[in-house]
Order: sequence, then structure tokens, then C-alpha cells
Amino acid sequence: MSNRLSDSILSLRDWMDARFPLTKLWEDNLTKYYAPKNFNFWYYFGSLALLVLVIQVVTGIFLTMNYKPTAETAFASVEYIMRDVNWGWLIRYLHSTGASFFFIVIYLHMFRAMLYGSYRGPRELLWLIGMGLFVVLMAEAFMGYLLPWGQMSFWGAQVIISLFGAIPYIGEDLALWIRGDYVVADATLNRFFAFHVIAAPLVLIGLVVLHIVALRSVGSNNPDGIEIKKNKGPDGVPLDGIPFHPYHTVKDLVAMAVFLIIFAAVVFYAPEMGGYALEKDNFTPANPLKTPEHIAPVWYFTPFYAILRAVPDKFIGVLAMGAAIGVLFLLPWLDRSPVKSIRQRGMVFKTALTVFVVSFISLAYLGTVAATPIATLFSRIFSILYFAFFLLMPIYSRWDKTKPVPERVTSK
Amino acid sequence: MKYLIFVIALFFGMPQAAFAAGGSDLDLDEANIDLADKASLRKGAKLFVDYCLNCHSANLMRYSRIGQDLDMTNEEVIAELLSAGGKIGDTMEIVMQPKDAAQWFGIAPPDLSVLMRVRGEDWVYSYLRAFYRDESRPWGVNNSVFKDVAMPHALWELQGLQEAVVETHIDKDGHERKTVTGFKLVESGSLSPEAYDNAVRDLVNFMAYVSEPSKMQRLALGKWVLGFLFIFLILAYLLKKEYWKDIR
Repeated sequence: MSNRLSDSILSLRDWMDARFPLTKLWEDNLTKYYAPKNFNFWYYFGSLALLVLVIQVVTGIFLTMNYKPTAETAFASVEYIMRDVNWGWLIRYLHSTGASFFFIVIYLHMFRAMLYGSYRGPRELLWLIGMGLFVVLMAEAFMGYLLPWGQMSFWGAQVIISLFGAIPYIGEDLALWIRGDYVVADATLNRFFAFHVIAAPLVLIGLVVLHIVALRSVGSNNPDGIEIKKNKGPDGVPLDGIPFHPYHTVKDLVAMAVFLIIFAAVVFYAPEMGGYALEKDNFTPANPLKTPEHIAPVWYFTPFYAILRAVPDKFIGVLAMGAAIGVLFLLPWLDRSPVKSIRQRGMVFKTALTVFVVSFISLAYLGTVAATPIATLFSRIFSILYFAFFLLMPIYSRWDKTKPVPERVTSK
Repeated sequence: MKYLIFVIALFFGMPQAAFAAGGSDLDLDEANIDLADKASLRKGAKLFVDYCLNCHSANLMRYSRIGQDLDMTNEEVIAELLSAGGKIGDTMEIVMQPKDAAQWFGIAPPDLSVLMRVRGEDWVYSYLRAFYRDESRPWGVNNSVFKDVAMPHALWELQGLQEAVVETHIDKDGHERKTVTGFKLVESGSLSPEAYDNAVRDLVNFMAYVSEPSKMQRLALGKWVLGFLFIFLILAYLLKKEYWKDIR
């Protein structure tokens, strides 16, 4: 009986393989894709990002079934989901918490690339696709934040869209074109909804596929920053590589369990994340006639918002904010070090990276507080340090004393 | 490795250090509400319907849902909360039009469905106990938590009327500043001060419930989800260990 069953499954597979590269896809991406065996903590965030993407898409589909994207009904429909839809509160909290966790995971994922030089050749395109993903993710989050139609949704969008107005000559018309009205209004909400539920996710998923295709082609970097493909055994398998499935999949499964425990703890016990994920003022319906005392974007945008506010001139501030994201695209070409991984880099790079981390977190904090003179002063200092990390990199990364790169991966 | 530990410490240490600096300048009393106390919620619901629901709506809250969550039968809900008419499936709407209200009060009273998530329970608890006599205001009362608020003292017949104990001091710029440091009851209401505090606590409890009716369900489910995930983590870890035996 069981023999006949497995025979028929095998013949089904053969039937498929004659018509579609099922086994080939499975092997190329999982069982015969050889990834370095020395992945550490920082290497979990790629698969975790995929997990969060799935959570966002699935919860998003269910939210869309009951959300009503008009200025009249949006706020009430979100509360309708929270109250009258079965398990609506859970779906909504999963989605709102998922947005914040998406950025936590992506920031750590990007930081991993900076630690081990994962953006360096031959992975420049992999990095550029990833940066594209980051930008689309920011657009996705920004447009999604308007949908609950609370005070912060409204005024956050109002402030950010009005930034386009700072562009000389075309600015005002451009801002009007984006909003579809003279202020953020029903038309804006409708188009943001369309972009949030279909346009941006399509691009996002497309780029994720490209990101993975590029990764499978060049192979993963690793904490030692060496190319495992340079040391292949007689069978053509990298000596330091192990099949992605089952080894890395079971390892990632452990990471996913840990991640989900933290995620669930927030969803069930602190879904507002102390007012950082669900801001207090966003429980007041949008009111175009009443500007809140303090408008701050959600926490994951605050580093860039702080850079914007640090510049006295609005238009140059917008450029600086754009440049703060744009400069990340150039990372593969700014880094001139002979080595990739922090393990072989010297004190100069380690110091620079520490300054960058301190600046980024400080800017994130400064972006949440009111622009007092002292906060503005610190924003300026950290903005300069932020840019100095990138712009001086061609000099200090070459100048840094480096250690020799090992032949094979090390276990610790 | 040392560098990694340092960076991780930085990631988790810095925001805490930075966020610890924030603080509020208002001294609020603690509401100490208990969402599991259904008797308190039920008393609060009655107070809410009797004293708040004439001017404030709670448009997003359904009577039937209150019945389910507070262990009340439909008949009890109708008798206690819908004595003025209406259907069990209705939301807590009011007859007063926002336009008229804005004319009468200067501003339309806000809907209270999710107000607690904006203000916080301690704020509302303190606010409802901080009305004091001030003849210069349109309704004869002012509030030390929400200065020059447009709302009259709706719970006046319960609390009575109090006068503010004002302290005057000179601030560092040389201006005279007045702060309310306490209250003195000058006209007693139908409840004793302790009973009034308890009534306000019940009311705040109910309003907190209305702001997030699923909260108790959320907290109760959380334990099971986390328990499941911990077991899943152990199994996943054992599976990983078993597979990775092959890897040197």
C-alpha cells in the first residue's frame, strides 16, 4: 500500500518535471544551494523579513475585507474591525505591529551587510535591489499609515507631502498632483489605499524575487567575508558550504520561533509599543482644522525626519533627507577596504561604524521630540556624523589597518 | 565578537537612556481600574449612560457587545442602559447634532469611543475630580487638569461643588503664577468624597473598556499563544540540533 502510494507520488513528480522544472527549482534554491556553514545571529534577518512580509500580506488581505477607504468611513471602519469583526482586533494588531517589526528586521538586516561587507563585489546588485526594497517598503509604510485616518495619519501625510512643495518651480503643483486636492483629503486617502494594497506590494514582491535570484546566483557572504566558492571539493560543492535545506531552514525555524515569541508578546501585551507603533493622537479622527501640537512620524522614519529638521532651509533639508537614503545606494563603491568583514578590519572602521550607529539611533530619538534649540543642535551634529561616515569612507576604509583574510571559514 | 556584544548593548541601551528623559508636567492621580471587575464596569456603564451619553456619543460601541462582555442579558441591557429607547444592536449614539452642540458649548463634545486611548485612564480619572467653582467661566466651573475646558461639571449632583486651594508663587522670570494645589468641598453632593472617587473609578473603568473591548480577550489569549510558541521553540531547537550533528 505505502509502496504504491510513494510510487504514484514519484510518478507525479516525474510527470511534473517533464513539464515544469520542479525538482530543479527545489534543488537550485534549497537542497543544492550551498550556503556558508558559519552564519551567526545577524544572518537570521533575511528569512525573518520574508516571514514578516507574509504576515503583512495575509493580515492585509483580511483587513481589506472590512476597511472602507473614504474620509467619512475610514476611522470608524478600523474601529469596526477592532470591535465587530471576529478576530479583527488580532488581525489589525498583527498588521500594525508587523509594520514596526518589518523595519526592526530590515534595519538589522542592513546593518549585517555593513558589518560583514555583504554589499561588496560581487554583491553590488544584490545590495541595490535590497535598497530598492527598502525605499518601496518606506513608501508602503508611509501610505499605509494614512489609512486609519487619525490625527497623526492626516498631519503626518500633510507634512511629508508638503515637503514636495519645497522643490523650486514645480513643487506646489507636484504636491497638489500627489494629494489630488489642496490638502490631504478623501482623494488622497483613496489613492494611498490603492497604492498600499496593490501597487507597492506588487513591486515589493517582485523585488523580493529578484533579491533572492541575485542571492542564489552570487551566493551568501558570511561573517568571515570570504568567498566559499573559491574552495570547492572534487564534487564541485564548496568545502565550507552546506545545503540550505535542511540545515539552514531548521536553523531559521528556531530563529522564527524566537522572533514570533517577541512579536506575540508585543501583539498581545503592548500593541501600542508605548505609543511608538500606535500613536496616542491617532485615536482621534483626522481633523483638517485642528493641527496637533506635536507632529512626529512613526519611529522608523524619525532618523531621516531629524536630518530634514536639522537643516534650516526647507528645500535643502528635503535634499539632505533624500541624500541620507540615497548615499546608502553608493555604499559598495564608497568602501575601498581590501577586506569585507569587520573581523579583519582595524580600529578606524570599527570606530566609524560605532559613530554611525550612535548617530542613527540618536537621530531616531531626536526625530520623535519637539525641535527645541538643544535638540536641533544635536540633530545637526549627528546629521554631520551620519554623512561623514559615508563620505569619508573612501579615505578611512583604505587607510585602515587590516588583518589577513583566512583561507577557510572560522567557527566562531 | 566583542565588538558585536558592544553594538548589541548599544542598540538596546541607548534608546532607554534617551527616552528616560521624558516626563509629564501634570500631577495625575492613579485611576487603579480593573477591567476584570464586571460589577464595577456595570456600575460605570450605568453612570456613563445617565451622565455622559446626553452630550457625548460612543458611536463605535454596540449595546449588544456590552451585554456580552459584562455578562448581562439583552433584557438587562435594555432595562439598565436603553431605558430611553433604542435597539439592542444599536451603537451608543446621541440625538444632539454636533452643529448644535458646537453652538451651545463652543465646541462639539468629542465622541468617547476611543477617547481613553488618547488621554489615558489616569488623566480622565483626575480630570473628572478636578472641577472647581470659577464664576468667570460660562458654566461656573473650571478644571485644574484641563484649564478653561468648555464642559460643565456633569457629575455635579454626585460630587457637589468644590473650591480650589490656590497657591501663588513667583516664577524665575518674576511673573506671578497660580497653581491649584488642592480642593475644598463647599457644597456636598449626593455621594461622599470616597463614594464619588469610586463612582468615577467605575466610570473610567467602563470608558477604558469601551476604548478597547477586546483587551481582556487579548490578554487572556496571549498566554496560550506564548505557551504554544515556547513548545514550538523547544521542538524546533531539538530538530536543529539533530540535523546539525552532521556538521563539524
